[in-house]
Amino acid sequence: MSPDGTSTVADPGTTEAVPVDDVRASGETFALGSYIRETAAGRHALDFMVEGVHCGGCVAKIERALSGEADVTNARVNLSTRRLALEWSGPPARGNALAAAVEKLGFGLVPYDPERLADSDKDEEKALLRAMAVAGFAAANVMLLSVSIWAGHFQDMGAATRALMHWFSALIALPAILYAGRPFFRSAWSALRALRTNMDVPISLAVLLAGAVSLHETIVGGPHAYFDSAITLLFFLLVGRYLDRRARGRARQAGTRLLALRAKAVTVLGADGARRPLPPEQVAPGMSVLIAAGERIGADGCIVSGTSEIDQSLITGEALPQSVGVGDQVFAGTLNGSGALTITVTGAGEDTLLAEIARLMEAAEQRRARYVALADRVARLYAPVVHALALVTFVGWWLVAGLAWQPALLIAVAVLVITCPCALGLAVPAVQVIASGRLLRQGILLKSATALERLAQVDTVVFDKTGTLTTGTPALTPNPNIDDDGLRLAASMAGASRHPLARALARAVPDVPVAHDVTEEPGRGLSLQTAAGEMRLGSRAWCGIDEGDDSGPELWLARPNAEPIRFGFSEQLREDAEAVVAALQVRGLAVELLSGDRPATVAAIAARLDISHWRAAQSPADKCARLAELADAGRRVLMVGDGLNDAPALAAAHVSLSPSSAADLSQTAADAVFQGARLAPVLEALATSRRAGALVGQNFALAFGYNLLAVPVAVAGMVTPLIAALAMSASSVAVIGNALRLAARPRHGMTPRKEDWPR
Amino acid sequence: MDVLIYLIPLAIVFGGIGLGAFLWALKSGQFDDMDGAAERILHDDDEKPTPAE
Repeated sequence: MSPDGTSTVADPGTTEAVPVDDVRASGETFALGSYIRETAAGRHALDFMVEGVHCGGCVAKIERALSGEADVTNARVNLSTRRLALEWSGPPARGNALAAAVEKLGFGLVPYDPERLADSDKDEEKALLRAMAVAGFAAANVMLLSVSIWAGHFQDMGAATRALMHWFSALIALPAILYAGRPFFRSAWSALRALRTNMDVPISLAVLLAGAVSLHETIVGGPHAYFDSAITLLFFLLVGRYLDRRARGRARQAGTRLLALRAKAVTVLGADGARRPLPPEQVAPGMSVLIAAGERIGADGCIVSGTSEIDQSLITGEALPQSVGVGDQVFAGTLNGSGALTITVTGAGEDTLLAEIARLMEAAEQRRARYVALADRVARLYAPVVHALALVTFVGWWLVAGLAWQPALLIAVAVLVITCPCALGLAVPAVQVIASGRLLRQGILLKSATALERLAQVDTVVFDKTGTLTTGTPALTPNPNIDDDGLRLAASMAGASRHPLARALARAVPDVPVAHDVTEEPGRGLSLQTAAGEMRLGSRAWCGIDEGDDSGPELWLARPNAEPIRFGFSEQLREDAEAVVAALQVRGLAVELLSGDRPATVAAIAARLDISHWRAAQSPADKCARLAELADAGRRVLMVGDGLNDAPALAAAHVSLSPSSAADLSQTAADAVFQGARLAPVLEALATSRRAGALVGQNFALAFGYNLLAVPVAVAGMVTPLIAALAMSASSVAVIGNALRLAARPRHGMTPRKEDWPR
Repeated sequence: MDVLIYLIPLAIVFGGIGLGAFLWALKSGQFDDMDGAAERILHDDDEKPTPAE
């Protein structure tokens, strides 16, 4: 924030209200130095996360603006990750000017260090894709060779030709297994080292043993090799795993944008009056800090000079900015309105309320991390049983039935392959991929792997009010006492201001031109000099009206020789909020409302929505406590919320949803994020999760039923590679086919089917 | 059937070329920005190319 930018707005005599964003863009000082890297070619490079990029047009706008600068050698925006890679040949300090050029276009920029923000998810996704490509290539070729071997069994293929085919298969399959199986081997190994077992243990064992035994068979010229089973098993499982990861990848990226909440630099006012920018972590209590209009506050503090209004929605959930003056407390992470402020720092860095909320959230998340996915719980039972069965088979054939150890081992391996974890390993991912795809089409992004399972168990829904049940923007309450002239005059003045109430007023009468020469007094109101005298629009005090009853947010219009007019505003419910809450209650779910807002407002909303359990004036810790209470009572709670003040509660609930308009931190804390202005996705998510839960159950039943049939055959030693491959593919196809039923369009539009809901 | 000894490796080599092409595309960032690439073709920035290296 530059001195001139600050003074323009702070000066009440200015004739024009300067749009807040312009002030921000004009000369904010970035603490970019630590992010600038020097490239091999002696140029400088910088990476940004860009806020506000939605389409190719934004990409073109940014790239064109930057390419216009003579010294920019590379400027590329990635639309998927919303990131900008910038490289220039000038001095490092040019970075500030270039970033300012982009901010001037209306995009927010946050620098990040690509090294430190290790893109582990992206790398892992790529590694999986590579493994899948290799496994797919190998599986196709080995299968081709296997088909000729199988045909050869019936057509007198010579032993030498068969051996040749086996050798080719081994040559393709073994390296592919070693390469493509690594994700499973790693996971299995880390589980074993921790003395646990998971689904990857039987998978790894089956694949490795099948490969090893087949190699042995190939060397001794035996008739049966299981290369095809081993590599196909890997391929199927990799497909499931890759899709599963991809479905959630995008939603998780929201988490990395958390950094945007932090102020980039704090302007500290020295004892000698000098201003210098400091990174937020170097600010200490007792320092004087300047806060420009429109700036995000970087530290907790107490106002020593200036008046403004503060948008505290991040902390309190309160939709409207609060007027603040000397002596008031402000918090890091909140947004300053149209006046400049000087504060004395009371808490900075880890001592701020914002940091406290983040800590609450982390603590809550750790509790939830104890939830064990259904597939893992099944694997805990399944793996030991299968391994014991294989061992018994081996010992039985070798010692009891008197077979040589090699054929006995071959039979035991057949047991491992045929009890193939394939159908079992696909049972959950197949359903999950299709369910998340279906939810994605409805604008719901699932972030957590176990979110679907937990959603299916929900019996209580807790809503936040502001921004969740309501849209978060105020609307003018229709009032017959407002005359048309007054309304048009007020709207034309309101058009000049960025205050939420003024904007709501201007929105209510869209066809009125904006008045010229409107002056804005930060935190108080607007005034306009006309031939008839001074018109004033603003708070009670600003318009000279005696303190009376305070019934919600309001604006007053004072005109010479006329009665003042009151404009009342109310929060708007999301258009389908009533229908959704009613639908949830009809389906036997308990609905509760927890809000940080004032009791009167919350009571009114609760009454309109017919919610009997509600609590107002809840702090983030109160909300967490209430959720803990519900959890202790054995309830499975779905928390729906959007504010930063909801983040700990979102993390503490059994499962949580957050609208995409929510604070970054809340989106990070929630299990799923839904888009759009409607609440219906909450219903859709619950219904889909219930169906998905049922399908997972059916899939497990299918997989186990198949095992009941196939295992005796395998133990009896009657499984040839052909039977193994057929049985494995058949079971996998059955499981995937069953999962696909979820992809079918719902019969009644978005309305979930009745049988998906518990009595 | 002796021809198999040439044909099978030949088939595998061709398959391998395809696999190699895919892995190369993955490595060179062809799949990094699936959304942006689709829109870039629509940009009217022909008259003003990015400054040359």
